[in-house]
Amino acid sequence: MSAQLAIRGASKRFGGVTANDDISMEVPQGRIVGLIGPNGSGKSTLFNSIVGYHPVDGGSIRFEEREITRMRTAEIARLGLIRTFQQTHVFVQMSCMQNMAIGDAEAGRGLLRLMRPVSAETRERAETLLAFCGLYGKRHLMAGELSFGQRKLLELAMALMLRPRMLLLDEPTAGINPTLIKGVIERLQRANREFGVTLFVIEHNMRVIMTLAEHIHCLAHGRLLASGSPDEVRRDARVLDAYLGAR
Amino acid sequence: MSARRQQLLALGIAAAGIALPFAIPDFRAQIAMLWALVIMAQTWDITGGQTGYNSFGNILFFGVGMYASVVVQRDTGLDYYAALALGMATGAAIAATLAVLLGSMILRMRGHYFAIATLGLGIAAGEIAGGWDYLGAGSGLSPPLFPAPPQTANLFFAYLYFALAALTFAALAALYRTRFGLALNAIRDNEDKAEAMGLRTGLYKITAWTIAAFVLGLTGGAMGNMLGFVDPRDTAFAGATFGVWMVLMAILGGKGTLWGPVLGATVFHITQELLWTHLLGWQRVALGLIIVGIVVFFPQGILGWARTRWPARHEQREQGSGRA
Repeated sequence: MSAQLAIRGASKRFGGVTANDDISMEVPQGRIVGLIGPNGSGKSTLFNSIVGYHPVDGGSIRFEEREITRMRTAEIARLGLIRTFQQTHVFVQMSCMQNMAIGDAEAGRGLLRLMRPVSAETRERAETLLAFCGLYGKRHLMAGELSFGQRKLLELAMALMLRPRMLLLDEPTAGINPTLIKGVIERLQRANREFGVTLFVIEHNMRVIMTLAEHIHCLAHGRLLASGSPDEVRRDARVLDAYLGAR
Repeated sequence: MSARRQQLLALGIAAAGIALPFAIPDFRAQIAMLWALVIMAQTWDITGGQTGYNSFGNILFFGVGMYASVVVQRDTGLDYYAALALGMATGAAIAATLAVLLGSMILRMRGHYFAIATLGLGIAAGEIAGGWDYLGAGSGLSPPLFPAPPQTANLFFAYLYFALAALTFAALAALYRTRFGLALNAIRDNEDKAEAMGLRTGLYKITAWTIAAFVLGLTGGAMGNMLGFVDPRDTAFAGATFGVWMVLMAILGGKGTLWGPVLGATVFHITQELLWTHLLGWQRVALGLIIVGIVVFFPQGILGWARTRWPARHEQREQGSGRA
């Protein structure tokens, strides 16, 4: 079986710092896979390389059998590989509905398809997905008026509006209050189950990632340290060393 | 503003646009200039306000339209109106083509870098036109005489610019309600995110600038005839007047809004006409003070200020570009 996302020997250097060093890993279709590692271990760098924000220095990245190593961000996004940001990125001077309407992948992204008023179908999809994320009541508020946690949910809703095949989520629960975290986990699981979206998740909250992910990759110092089920990773002595310091 | 009140306001302005040239016939030239300024502010706002790309070079498109129009009038030998119409269309086409070519190069630059890159456009164009014999070099060109007395000419241009301003307004109002309008706003708010969503940001930015260039080409095309002379630096590529004004008017009224540029151009034009008569010789100083005043007291423009002052009256609309 070939993986939906396959990374082979990815390396990325910033000046003298090696952020990613010969990393290889796979994310199978339809699963929830976690990416963990201490601060500075290269998780966000790897995400940025995958989505084309900056190119890798070496190695290759394939998404659904297609070479995407040299593609640009927007092209990769159009293939259905969508990332969300650690610091939320929403359009703050626009209402939640407008944030949703722009991205409607079904309504198209071509110039002529865009030159039409927001259709009833788009509005309906947007309302459904906002309801899914618990933001229906806030749909006419400016995105800038939402709390940080609500913005994260809006970003998830916006991502789903794009009909993604795989979502790269950079710390979806960071900075969210503990009550809301449970809701986020449930919604991610439902998105995975109901919409068939593969999830590849960076997460610092160990309890969250152990609940959510079926498989976990752990990075340390830019290298792939360990891979396995949550239980295997949790018991791995190298992972404990990386987080707590070697004994 | 509610949709109903906007419609009433638009109707009122339309009535004024039709009635004014007859109500105050002595001011026909000023009325024509008012509508031309409204168009300039509106077109500047497409990229400057809605997309967040401040251009200081839009005067290029205006000047190109002015030259193209007068050259067509000079060289085709058609009767006045036919030559003017063909000239304006030619100017608009050339301006739009230039926007596509230049845009595909400099619209890759983000924010301030784009603004700086556009600074030189009008100046460079003025230098080129000033040294090109085909365009009359430094002494510029003279458009053909209007085939009627000056009062009729002013009436003609007042209605021509009114029609063009009204069409531009209606077209932009419709455009900002589409998903394309939303995409422009998205680029303004967060271009990285827009790209991460798979939007073709480069194409949209170029399209926006091209629309502005097309309309500015038409506007400049008639302006040479209205003013009676085409000078490379004083009328065509007049960066220090029209070029600065269009930015100023949009900001004064409230950039990134549908009505802001219209309001800004009106307030600016009236203020300026008053200053012209009472502060002869000091206009530039007064203009400088106005710029400082706007930036200090109305950084969000009159509409932006009004929205903060009376937030309840400006509740967000559900659809469209979001900011009326």
